[in-house]
Amino acid sequence: MATEVSRGITVSEADRRAAQRRAVRRRIGNVARYTLLTVLAVIVLFPIYITIVNSLLTPSQIAARPPVLFPTDPAWGAYADAWNQGSMSRYLVNSVIVTTLIVAGQIVTATLAAYAFAFLEFPLKRTLFIVFLATLMVPFEVTIITNLTTVVNLGWYNTYAGLAVPFLATGFGAFLLRQAFLGVPGDLRDAAALDGYGHLRFMVRVAVPLARPAMAALAVFSFLGAWNQYLWPLIVTKDARYRTLQIGLRQLRATSIDQVNVTFAGVVIAALPLLILLVIFQKQLVRGLTAGAVKG
Amino acid sequence: MARVVLDHVTKRFGDVTAVDDLCLEVEDREFLVLLGPSGCGKSTALRMIAGLESLTDGRIAIGDRVVNDVEPKDRDIAMVFQSYALYPHMSVARNIEFPLRSRKVPEDERTPLVQEAARALGLTDLLDRKPAQLSGGQRQRVALARAIVRRPAAFLMDEPLSNLDAKLRVQTRAELIELQRRLDATVIYVTHDQVEAMTMGHRIAIMNDGVLQQVGPPQDVYERPANLFVARFIGAPPMNTIQGSVVVEGGETLLATPGGRIAVPDAFGAAARRSSTGEIVVGVRPEHLEVDPSGPIEARVAVIESLGHERHVVCRIGDEPLVIVRQAADEPRPAEGSSVRLRAEVEGIHLFDAVTGVRLEAPA
Repeated sequence: MATEVSRGITVSEADRRAAQRRAVRRRIGNVARYTLLTVLAVIVLFPIYITIVNSLLTPSQIAARPPVLFPTDPAWGAYADAWNQGSMSRYLVNSVIVTTLIVAGQIVTATLAAYAFAFLEFPLKRTLFIVFLATLMVPFEVTIITNLTTVVNLGWYNTYAGLAVPFLATGFGAFLLRQAFLGVPGDLRDAAALDGYGHLRFMVRVAVPLARPAMAALAVFSFLGAWNQYLWPLIVTKDARYRTLQIGLRQLRATSIDQVNVTFAGVVIAALPLLILLVIFQKQLVRGLTAGAVKG
Repeated sequence: MARVVLDHVTKRFGDVTAVDDLCLEVEDREFLVLLGPSGCGKSTALRMIAGLESLTDGRIAIGDRVVNDVEPKDRDIAMVFQSYALYPHMSVARNIEFPLRSRKVPEDERTPLVQEAARALGLTDLLDRKPAQLSGGQRQRVALARAIVRRPAAFLMDEPLSNLDAKLRVQTRAELIELQRRLDATVIYVTHDQVEAMTMGHRIAIMNDGVLQQVGPPQDVYERPANLFVARFIGAPPMNTIQGSVVVEGGETLLATPGGRIAVPDAFGAAARRSSTGEIVVGVRPEHLEVDPSGPIEARVAVIESLGHERHVVCRIGDEPLVIVRQAADEPRPAEGSSVRLRAEVEGIHLFDAVTGVRLEAPA
């Protein structure tokens, strides 16, 4: 009897030690993971940080070696200079207009196309979808000349239309939203049909609300793309009335060559809307990208 | 409320005939169960009544009106789906309200109707919840509430209980029957579960391969299956079927089976003569067989399954597939592997055509 008991205790002792070892291993794993993530985060965040710091220094401080990593006496004047000298306000307005048009346009066209691919039956559906996907493989640079010719022929050179219209539809958006719509159960469509909901009402009232994470992801991606455009706005506009922020930055750098801090301030101004957007939509962004990867 | 009539209804998807020349009349206030294995066309038939599938051929009438070209929403029917099809982003109240809202019923009329439907299904405390916050049984009740809120002419239910666990299914089954009686509603109910069919329907319509096999009250279908498919599909455990033949020897009619000969009334001879090829299949339900030392059929006990209140003695007769004998728990239990003799109640013996599967009966 006694041996039985003592044997029992030995076994549980071994179990306990094994559990302890597992816990230690888990903790070491966590430390390693977080160390790696911290290093990566620093790599990503440092350029942003140093940009902000430099925008608050004087040009001579920026040129100083070793570099100043913390502004003890921040000089905010660079922001006013960038805003006024570089007519950043005009560029900012243009960027907001063009980006809004593009984001709204892409969401509308992608929603309609994706809904058709997900819920409607029509001839050549598969083929058309593959054609949509194939457009993802055509780099923008390849189409630049034809697009420019078209825009000029339409009389849209140096207009908001010329800036926005070529980007109102994307294969990527249609693909992303189609995957989200495919996750909407067919029974919901049937139930709605029994209650007299046509495709348009079903799309607006049921499918779109259910695809919200993917919609948010698409909004963020198209915002990023539109906001950061440089080449197209440069060639399709000729004066400051329609030029966007990224071109404005370039000009700011050219005009304030002796005031690097002003350029840095301009960069911060240009990046601020993006940063705010990313913070707000971070969650949806991640969820939208992995949506459809795993069912459930 | 209304009758629903299917008149020579056919549905083909490409080369596949899902529903083949289906004729069926569902009476006003009737609870009709469409029963069959998966892929037999029962759901397609229901979806055609709902208007979610078009007809390849035939006519469907709801009430006095042919609805072939009527939009689903104008057919005055409500459907309950297996998946419940609740809108995940809407509250329970909004879900129940949906059919009214989409029909532009004014808000002051909507609210009392929603309240009433919610009360009828015990959902009053859950109206603000989202479907994801509900249990399976509660979701099912929301789906039912959404169906009854509009008081449609007929309810179509597509396996509404199959996503519930076994215990809840039994309870909900009773609640559904009660609800149907209370609403005095015409219900067409699709299921593959023969227990649901037997317990819920006024009548059962059994389908296989798109073809209607038999329609009738559950007891009739159970006692006089129209063919081998129905005989084997209805009943748990299913009807035993073995090859056999009817012979007349010395003026006595005998049913010859691999296990022995059974004396049967002369009518069996007349019935067997109607077989297309002369070959017949003999069917006996497990409860119409008993272990009896003086029985005419010789068998060997393969396995005994005990269910507490009864046991199933699974026997082998010759090389035939297994035959099940239902025994009460207090009857003497034969040993596994032992030889036994079986007796069949003559009233419980069914004959079927071995080739066509059709039930054989002596001409009246």
